[in-house]
Amino acid sequence: MPRRGPWFLLLPLLLLVLWHVAVSAQWVLPGIIPAPTQVAESWYRWIFGPPGRSLSPYSGTWLANVLYSSRRVLEGFAIAAAVAIPLGLFIGWNRLVSVVVDPSIQLFRPVPITAWLPFSIAVFGIYDAGALFLIGLGAFYPIVVNTTHGVRDTNLVLLRAARMLGASQATIVRSVVFPSALPSIFTGLRLGVGVAWTAVIVAEMIAVKSGLGYVLWDAYYVGRMDICVATMFSVGLLGFLSDRIIYGVSRVVLRWRTLEAHG
Amino acid sequence: MAEHAAAVRLVDVWKEFVARDRRLEALQAIDLTIEPNEFAAILGPSGCGKSTLLNLVAGFDRPSRGRVLVHDEAVAGPDPRRAVVFQEPALFPWYTVLDNISFGPRTRKLARSDYEPKIESLLEQVGLTGFEHHYPAELSGGMRQRVAIARVLVMEPEVLLMDEPFGSLDAQTRLVMQELLLAMWERHHQTVVFITHDVEEALLLADSVSVMTARPGRIKQRLSVQLPRPRTLELTTSALFNELKREVLALIRDERLRAATER
Repeated sequence: MPRRGPWFLLLPLLLLVLWHVAVSAQWVLPGIIPAPTQVAESWYRWIFGPPGRSLSPYSGTWLANVLYSSRRVLEGFAIAAAVAIPLGLFIGWNRLVSVVVDPSIQLFRPVPITAWLPFSIAVFGIYDAGALFLIGLGAFYPIVVNTTHGVRDTNLVLLRAARMLGASQATIVRSVVFPSALPSIFTGLRLGVGVAWTAVIVAEMIAVKSGLGYVLWDAYYVGRMDICVATMFSVGLLGFLSDRIIYGVSRVVLRWRTLEAHG
Repeated sequence: MAEHAAAVRLVDVWKEFVARDRRLEALQAIDLTIEPNEFAAILGPSGCGKSTLLNLVAGFDRPSRGRVLVHDEAVAGPDPRRAVVFQEPALFPWYTVLDNISFGPRTRKLARSDYEPKIESLLEQVGLTGFEHHYPAELSGGMRQRVAIARVLVMEPEVLLMDEPFGSLDAQTRLVMQELLLAMWERHHQTVVFITHDVEEALLLADSVSVMTARPGRIKQRLSVQLPRPRTLELTTSALFNELKREVLALIRDERLRAATER
């Protein structure tokens, strides 16, 4: 089995061919499922078409909607990380905080982000705040749970080493517990950003009137499946991209883990 | 017992652990005095409680009964004056060699100009000059343990506690490390409490060897090792050394048997 080369493209290309054949041979719902060429063409016009002057209301609006959604994901995700990482450190490190806070988190966590929608709209209305609430809440759980887990996994001998070297509690948390939990925190961030993209689409479909989620729902209503599929691809690519960015950052930050002995 | 300030004094120390309603007697009636500048080895079979004894002196654990005194002061918790070299190097993997060694001084907020020359000299003594900016993952097992030794010596501890520090190294590296430790001791004349299950190691390094019994751990006998210093590995082939070795082996033989038959 060859290990190098563009082998990862093989299956997607096969699926693309299958899709094309299935549509052109009319195996599936003719007129409803668009052909890949049609999706590509619509997607292209959606991105590069002249805005406002053509017959298609989508022409040239792709970037603006991508930016709306990305900004919401970024903001919601940032808020989630800013709350979840310190909270996770506290829960993992302090028995009292753990006993008081952790059960509530575990109780709320199984409530799906979609179930929060009516509540969110009732409280925040159809404004950005509602979307940020859903995205932040969705991303919060995996980050806080993984941070807590990472803290509890800190090697006891490292803690003892820090204590016998005279480190205070604050120094131990900052210089031992936090770096030790970082690999786990990054896992949480990667899971969190995935949930954030799910949440932004849900929120935009219902709670706000812009962004990829809004386009997706709107295109469905006017029967533009080509735009729907192009939106799905767009969200997939953006989700993939955000994951690669966090992974790339983690590779740099956690450089000490990937080194190898040459002694 | 002499009334001058011993470096380490254990007075009628007992330690038991309770786990799942079972009481485990780890140490029984330990009386032990270690003089300033003495290199004291504690020798015993695995599971005899010798690490428990060291943890009491380090302050990681409290005795169930009795007193643990270091320079006539009751041990209340971990303290840089009682530095520990663990069986695993316990280095902070996210710090370079230099940052690991300067962890203690930095924690105490000492001036860089105060500790930097000291670290430089210690790195040279342990043969790690040029490795300052390497991460622990890039070092061999022996090199890591040398960093761990430099990391505690830079704190200029009153007592150096070593818990089978060479136990996880291969036989060759072990010999190198023993010679290194002998050379370092000739230089610093630290008070050392050295835990080991290796008879030759104990006799080669120490001024006194306290032989412990199998669980529950008691001090069976304390021997004085009157071998000339400075010592080298060749000492292990001398007649005097072998005579002492026979004596110790006889002491531990029935303990080994007892430990084996009790399992």
